[in-house]
Amino acid sequence: MKPAPAPSPAIAVRMTSIGKRFGAVAANQDVHLTVQTGSVHGLVGENGAGKSTLMSILYGFYTADAGAIEVFGQPATIRNAQDAIARGIGMVHQHFMLVDTLTALDNVMLGAEPHALLHKAEGQVRERLRTLMESTGLRVNLDTLVGDLPVGDQQRLEILKALYRGARVLILDEPTAVLTPQETLQLFEVLGRLRAAGTTIILITHKLKEVMRLCDRVTVMRAGQVVHDCEIADASVESLAEAMVGRKVAMGRQASIDAQALQRGAVLVQARGLGLRDKQGVVRLRDFSLDLHAGEIVGVAGVSGNGQSEVLDVLSGLGRPDSGTMAVGAARFEPSRWLDPRTARALGIAHVPEDRYARAMVMGFEAWESAVLGYEGLPAYSQGSWMRRAAMKLATVQMMEKFDVRPRDPQLVSGKFSGGNQQKLVLARELGQAPKILLVGQPTRGVDIGAIEFIHGRLRAMRDAGCAVLVVSSELDEILALADRVIVMNQGRITGELPIADCTEARLGMLMIEGAAA
Amino acid sequence: MSASPGATGPLPRWADVALMPAINLLVALVAAGVVVALVGQSPWEVLSVLVRGAFGTPRGLSYTLYYATTFTFTGLAVAVAFHGGLFNIGGEGQAILGGLGTGLVALWLGPHLPEVVVLPLMLVGGALCGMVWAAVPAYLQAYRGSHVVITTIMFNFLASSLLVYLLVNKLKPPGSMSVESQSFAASAKLPAMHEMLGALGIEWPSSPLNLSVVLALLAAGAVYLFLWRSRAGYRLRAVGSSEGAAAYAGIGPKHQVLVAMGLSGALAGLVGMNEIAGVAGRLQLDFVGGAGFTGIAVALMGRNHPVGILLASLLFGALFQGGAEVAFEVSGFSRDMVVTLQGFIVLFSGAMAYVIAPRVARLVFGRMKQGAAHG
Repeated sequence: MKPAPAPSPAIAVRMTSIGKRFGAVAANQDVHLTVQTGSVHGLVGENGAGKSTLMSILYGFYTADAGAIEVFGQPATIRNAQDAIARGIGMVHQHFMLVDTLTALDNVMLGAEPHALLHKAEGQVRERLRTLMESTGLRVNLDTLVGDLPVGDQQRLEILKALYRGARVLILDEPTAVLTPQETLQLFEVLGRLRAAGTTIILITHKLKEVMRLCDRVTVMRAGQVVHDCEIADASVESLAEAMVGRKVAMGRQASIDAQALQRGAVLVQARGLGLRDKQGVVRLRDFSLDLHAGEIVGVAGVSGNGQSEVLDVLSGLGRPDSGTMAVGAARFEPSRWLDPRTARALGIAHVPEDRYARAMVMGFEAWESAVLGYEGLPAYSQGSWMRRAAMKLATVQMMEKFDVRPRDPQLVSGKFSGGNQQKLVLARELGQAPKILLVGQPTRGVDIGAIEFIHGRLRAMRDAGCAVLVVSSELDEILALADRVIVMNQGRITGELPIADCTEARLGMLMIEGAAA
Repeated sequence: MSASPGATGPLPRWADVALMPAINLLVALVAAGVVVALVGQSPWEVLSVLVRGAFGTPRGLSYTLYYATTFTFTGLAVAVAFHGGLFNIGGEGQAILGGLGTGLVALWLGPHLPEVVVLPLMLVGGALCGMVWAAVPAYLQAYRGSHVVITTIMFNFLASSLLVYLLVNKLKPPGSMSVESQSFAASAKLPAMHEMLGALGIEWPSSPLNLSVVLALLAAGAVYLFLWRSRAGYRLRAVGSSEGAAAYAGIGPKHQVLVAMGLSGALAGLVGMNEIAGVAGRLQLDFVGGAGFTGIAVALMGRNHPVGILLASLLFGALFQGGAEVAFEVSGFSRDMVVTLQGFIVLFSGAMAYVIAPRVARLVFGRMKQGAAHG
């Protein structure tokens, strides 16, 4: 089916003077990218820096307005994904392109059936996949439904799928976002093996440590342009971060650990034995107990989907547990009379939800309308049944000033702000009413490095002001940078609780996967 | 309103609000013109007769406004539900029930009370009946998960059957051959426009246009104030745009479904004030005549905004009135051709808008921006 690869020239991909505009926005401007054959090439940059656009051009989702592409030394016009695949380019998207209700084997075969009769096609595909799995070490049970495969396996399957289609250049978009530290290590091993076998890998990521560990060369993009391009030996996490943001960035913990541990205050939230099953009867929370003290940040670590979201839902009143109790100050709640979001706000619980798009804002609302969401009934914002629009807009402008939300336009539609600015506006809203308890889900998901620093600073300031802060994050680095105490969740229960001084990535990683085997 | 055409493309607001409807209308007229030419008529003649028939004479204008009044009520009804994230197909049935409510109040209280008391009570009766009729599908949607589109369609049939049953078996005066109630008392009749203008000394030809055209304007203003100035409207729109965000804010989506559909039904129920209290002066069959469905097109074309709905109602009113004139004056041009034209307008301002808008954006505004970048 695929011709034997000609002796590969030394340059796998050369993109020259790529330009791409979306309306007034220049997503790519005179971008040059050269990827050596058989290397792992890191492509880093903040959200909106243009790295995804660039890779989408290479993979044929977009056509560039200007510039040229060469693949293995040959000029290439790539109009769609089929063109890209024919040139030996494969892509593993951040959100997997798999059909949950088909088996792993069928997913690989879908759209590339080697024979008109399915059972013959399956035999051929199975045979080829077996050799492929052997040579690469990517092992997946081919007869399992994709929906039943763990996330790590789904990702391996995506890589297999690309290799099966003859990919010699593999583009990976944020591949470690959904993996545990251990799975990440496994992935890196596989990628190392693929590189040794001559596959070229382009790694889109914002985790600079991974770039330093895995890549041979790195290209940094900012505002649609390449701002830095160097061998990994000449780079450091700090220099890359600076290139991404355009200024020096303070990363990691700011204050000494011991000084913070002492200032913990009274218990503000006491949750006991929370249990929750979803509609399918799957256990989401199991005997979850937690004390939240004033003046501390508790980090909840875990692979996504192990009950962290449910903790936020239940504590904020969005969801109701099946069992357990909760006390907030003098108020006590039981499943039959659980608190609702309005009661929660009245009790001084502020909640920055994980899902900015579906929860934290109404994307179609103007910024000022989103900036009062949940607080629209406050006396300052209302006059009888009417909204005090002028007061709301003024408050929004003040929030924007205080949290440096750009552009400072309260009438701009919420969805048109960048992720970081949306998050800042949500934080401004939730911190604005001086909450006693702050629940934060994924504080910096989809947020630029510059804004991360700012948001972390704000959360620490809340803690220092005596607020009890609960942070759920899928980024271990974030937990390590913020938390005073870390609880680790797996399959809806707490598998460990550590003061920050005892936390190491390896130790947390072990706790994150503990119980997975049980 | 994530599904609104306002989100389709990078068009400036003025273009989205003013230019696009105009272009869509133009394309629809051209397409209709081609069809008119195909059946051997002159498109220009048809168009000029249509416009003259709708706006050229005081009488024609009165008819246009009279039709527009009904469409405004049903259009606003669809829009309010849409802002709450619901597609109310039941305007027809809610309008029937509204007329029934208006009519029953008129029949019961009209003979005993002066018009300053009866007329407001008729209005309230119509709105309440429409509201209750919409609240049942709303309840089923909110608490039982039956889709409101399906149930409101079914409720249209129920409403129509209920009206026939009541008229034939209960309300028809004994011995009468026509299926309608007895005439209302004089106090239960909404003043006609020519009567009111006549009282002011202005001569105006007799037409069905009546005081409810003012009611329609007031309703449009009230809908605007509710949706964009009141807290309840804010909450309704929050649920309509993002149920998840609304739940997060502590706004109960189920309650809002009832609010949105209740208001929607009440607005549709006001149709009775125009058709029953204003014109017929008695309960009849078929007084809604498909206006509930036309309201969907009106709301679509009016971008679910009260001002847009007033303009779209005027357009559809003109099509109805002008279309009747065309069918009358142009030989060989039947009423069906006018319906075809309406169909084109709905097609191009609704479905095809999504096809046309990006092209306009690219053609006109793409050039403009590039020019600006070079200059």
